[in-house]
Amino acid sequence: MSKFLTASIGRKFVMSLSGIFLMVFIAVHLGLNLLLIFDDSGELFNQGAHFMATNPLVKIVEPILGLGFMVHIIWSFYIEYQNWKARPVKYAKRNMSGASSWASRNMLILGSMVLVFLVIHILDFFVKMKFTGHPLLEEISVKGVYMENAYALVSATFINSTVLSVLYIAGGILLGLHLSHGFWSSFQTLGLNNKFWLKRWQVIAQVYAVIVAVGFAVIPLYFMLGMYK
Amino acid sequence: MADKILKELKIKVWRQKNAKSKGKFETYVINDISTGSSFLEMMDILNNDLIEKGIDPIAFDHDCREGICGTCSLHINGRPHGPDTEVTTCQLHMRKFKDGETIIVEPWRARAFPVIKDLVVDRTALDKILQAGGFVSVNTGGVPDANAIPVARDDAEEAMDAAACIGCGACVAACKNSSAMLFVSAKVSHLAKLPQGQVEAAARAMNMVSKMDELGFGGCTNTGACEVECPKSISITNIARLNREYLKARISR
Ligand code: HEM
Ligand code: SF4
Ligand code: FES
Repeated sequence: MSKFLTASIGRKFVMSLSGIFLMVFIAVHLGLNLLLIFDDSGELFNQGAHFMATNPLVKIVEPILGLGFMVHIIWSFYIEYQNWKARPVKYAKRNMSGASSWASRNMLILGSMVLVFLVIHILDFFVKMKFTGHPLLEEISVKGVYMENAYALVSATFINSTVLSVLYIAGGILLGLHLSHGFWSSFQTLGLNNKFWLKRWQVIAQVYAVIVAVGFAVIPLYFMLGMYK
Repeated sequence: MADKILKELKIKVWRQKNAKSKGKFETYVINDISTGSSFLEMMDILNNDLIEKGIDPIAFDHDCREGICGTCSLHINGRPHGPDTEVTTCQLHMRKFKDGETIIVEPWRARAFPVIKDLVVDRTALDKILQAGGFVSVNTGGVPDANAIPVARDDAEEAMDAAACIGCGACVAACKNSSAMLFVSAKVSHLAKLPQGQVEAAARAMNMVSKMDELGFGGCTNTGACEVECPKSISITNIARLNREYLKARISR
């Protein structure tokens, strides 16, 4: 088994499975976050966040998600190092733009930038909501249930800080670029591809990537531009 | 299209005495090249010039010069087989270049393809991968009568398309990871698609991939550059099939 996980196709298999798992998470996360801009009272988002914070199933999935990120990130550096070693003398001139997409050639750079964003994002919201608390999070009651006012913290962050808003917009776009290649690549890696599905996967990947990029970018924009008023 | 004359070209080419020496670029000027000549003919003319000047001619691989043997190589202006698609270097014509241009010519670069001399690299790694599983172990007899062994038309077509691989190594040269996955997938596919090859399909995928890893090729990240640079346009859907065969073999063992 250990030989499988370090063989070329095995390494990719790990990347693909962890990547697909993260993509499912991203879809759920985006769906929930969009409640931020569909209900300006914040009640819907708060209910969603409360459900995620208290649901027992989510409690089980949360550590697995952390593990998924760790595996994906560690394997990504491992894979890229192995692949980098396979060409000790580099070309003096490379002309690759006609043969492959920029995103496909720069997955580690895109991933690493997403990672930087991720760390800031976790410090920004996750740590405050989960551990340290924050004055803005003070409990409110929605339909008789007491819960943290996550909406207040998130909306205030974007309203008050242009820097953070821009960072979140960039984060969404970077992730979208990562997935414009990553999405279809993960199915190719699993062997779930053929001459009919190749184009289809690639189109679905572009659609998914655009939804992720636009979806995540639109939320800070909404608050930045004062559209909640 | 009448052929024109390229008055002057600068050829910046990798010179390396042998496998051990360091190697460096040298730039040579060459005059009056017809746009109708092939790239290798241009190299022949340049070598003639060099010999007359008492300089060691540039070593490069070539054999059939008609795009079927896979012997010619060369990384020209940043692309394997140069600035054209679906051709080998012997099929590349000088009309793809502009007068006065500097053309950069490098050997294939990959850990598994060490340089032997100048532009010649050792591609026996590809042969070793074939020896690890790119065959059918039993004698399957002569050519069977038409339709004696039923093969669906689609399967026959895909097998033939995969069998078009000439083992040139452009896929490795083009790949940012120096991966030989397109080559291996072509070899695995053209056998896996036909009844004679199916029996050993699982072992073949395992053995050829293990060999590829062992020889120092990189892994595939699905950039698709190989398919674009492959002179035979071998499809990356073959790589999906190889992944499938390999993962199936791993799980069933
Ligand atoms: C939410 C975040 C992320 C998602 C949804 C995601 C998703 C994916 C997917 C689906 C793939 C394709 C796997 C395949 O081709 O089989 C992939 C590849 C990759 N990811 Fe991520 N990823 C994320 C974050 C990251 C981070 C933080 C890093 C690194 C620091 C990273 C680095 C990479 C690299 C280098 C690849 C290319 C590997 C390859 O194609 O062989 N990713 N990612
Ligand atoms: S797959 Fe294409 S590029 Fe690779 S060795 Fe075969 S013919 Fe050459
Ligand atoms: S010399 Fe045979 S393919 Fe070019």
